[in-house]
Amino acid sequence: MDENASARLTRRTLIVAHRVGLFLAMLVICLPGIWIVLSSLRPTVEIMAKPPVWIPQQLSFDAYVAMFSGIGKGGIPVLDYFRNSLIISVSSTVIAVAIGMAGGYAFARYRFRGKSGMFLGLMLTRTVPGIAMSLPLFFVYARLGIIDTHFGMILAYVALNIPFTIWLIDGFFRQVPKDLAEAAQIDGCTRWQAFWQVEFPLARPGIASAAIFAFLTCWNEFALASQLTRSVNSKTLPVGLLDYTAEFTIDWRGMCALAVVMIIPALTLTYIVQKHLVGGLTSGAVKG
Amino acid sequence: MATVSLKKLTKRYGNMEIVHGIDLDIADREFIALVGPSGCGKSTTLRMIAGLEDISGGNIDIGGRVVNDLPPRSRNISMVFQSYALYPHMTVRENLGFSLKIAGAAKDDMDRRVAEASAILGLDELLERRPSQLSGGQRQRVAMGRAIVRDPDVFLFDEPLSNLDAKLRTQMRTEIKKLHAKVKSTVIYVTHDQVEAMTLADRIVIMRSGYIEQVGTPDEVFSRPATRFVAGFIGSPPMNLHEATVSDGRLVFSRGDSLPLPGQFKSKTAAGDKVVFGIRPDDFYPTGHGLSSGGETEVHRVDLPVSITEPLGNETLVFAEFNGADWVSRMLNPKPLKAGDRIGMSFDLSRAHLFSAETGKSLRN
Repeated sequence: MDENASARLTRRTLIVAHRVGLFLAMLVICLPGIWIVLSSLRPTVEIMAKPPVWIPQQLSFDAYVAMFSGIGKGGIPVLDYFRNSLIISVSSTVIAVAIGMAGGYAFARYRFRGKSGMFLGLMLTRTVPGIAMSLPLFFVYARLGIIDTHFGMILAYVALNIPFTIWLIDGFFRQVPKDLAEAAQIDGCTRWQAFWQVEFPLARPGIASAAIFAFLTCWNEFALASQLTRSVNSKTLPVGLLDYTAEFTIDWRGMCALAVVMIIPALTLTYIVQKHLVGGLTSGAVKG
Repeated sequence: MATVSLKKLTKRYGNMEIVHGIDLDIADREFIALVGPSGCGKSTTLRMIAGLEDISGGNIDIGGRVVNDLPPRSRNISMVFQSYALYPHMTVRENLGFSLKIAGAAKDDMDRRVAEASAILGLDELLERRPSQLSGGQRQRVAMGRAIVRDPDVFLFDEPLSNLDAKLRTQMRTEIKKLHAKVKSTVIYVTHDQVEAMTLADRIVIMRSGYIEQVGTPDEVFSRPATRFVAGFIGSPPMNLHEATVSDGRLVFSRGDSLPLPGQFKSKTAAGDKVVFGIRPDDFYPTGHGLSSGGETEVHRVDLPVSITEPLGNETLVFAEFNGADWVSRMLNPKPLKAGDRIGMSFDLSRAHLFSAETGKSLRN
């Protein structure tokens, strides 16, 4: 075999090995998801079987049907939970991103007293585990009478998300050259127009990713929500999962079905937004 | 009419003063170059004229209107940035038309003006591309096109050619000159490259540490530098500048070598004066290989050893050793030389410069 042929063979082998490696890695990552989907479709006996049944013997949509069948027929108020989750997640994401944009822009562009101290302070709040705040928050909310309200949840999630959105968006605004906003001002824009016409479109991938992160944080959050919600007025989907636990039994199939219902909107949203996440849009703005 | 007039223009950052009350009057349609080493305040001055920096004191007057506190958009200027600052999310056409869109121009008016600018700069083929798909020179042209479209009173250029390679820079320099001839606007051009300043400008403003050292035509700043700094900054290769003491009608250098005191400075110096002697490489040359056609009145000849030569084809830069230092000379119609050769060198003292060692000011006037 000549040198070129053996080099070609080595390259092909490496490509195959690379793909097999990737497949295994993806399998590990996706397995829990697949398992949830599978478990939502099979009877509890099969879910609990030891050793595990890898290939499902019988599949049915019973859990999904039951979920929407109303109280007394194994149903839970899933539409209420869904509505609560949506209202709370969307509102707090919009608010957190709006504040994150203003804050991130200020940190990226302006010099002011106490800037680094403030930034550090914001980052430090991230080091406090959310659950540690649940008790104090519960007391304060109880006094204010905003337990079990959308407003209370939105407030908590906005506070939870702002440091992160500011930090992420700040980084993206830093990447937008200052010259561009100045050029826009010379071209006739006010400071405000320069922001919306030039800087905002260029930082959009960053803002989109901040929005996704904020949304998913709210959508999936359980610890705080389980403390601060009580009823269908404000219970979110993750808290709704607890409806499947009874005193002595846990309905794993129902829980998995609700989890699937929860995952779908999050997955769809991420899929829609991901095309805005392309970086490198600013390349070509300056020199090169 | 777009004259620009700066009166006692000052810029301070905190307690640090960057631009120290400069005065400058720029005529309508004049091409002015601000040059100086980095940190001399030239870009800051330009940005103050543009309205991108607040001024700390003084007055800026554009076309007879004081614009001190007006935002950039109200000054009717346009600016070409060193980084080009093209909007990456817009096509070339959108980049060119952006200012018109913001101003709310009608679609057909906008199309016409974009087409005009694109024709002037040869951008027709590139209109649908995005900045990332353009080469450096093309981006530069789009940046200029964006400035033209606005039809401003004053064009501001902030080191527009610094990011281009040497060949393209020469080419774009010519284009800028042609452009100025066509659009006939007032131009303020900032550069650290004295060749750009010399070739483009009607008048050159040489700045140093926030002060204006000299304002003059390219010929004036080259042949009659007002200060030692200007003498050393303008001209390539730079002027030979060496400290000397006046003694007995001669200039005595640090190591004892001496030259006759040029006639024109005899009445302006006294024995014991510390001065800086300056002579351009064109006025210090291997005998018989100079610029002058033999009409020189005050030539001093000495034999000096050659320490190094830099052949450039049509001429050779010869570094000759005098008073322990290398003095650069320009040899026209070069002949082969090698290090160590002793050759006859001529100082054309009638064209020499003398500066006060203390103040750096020229003693010519």
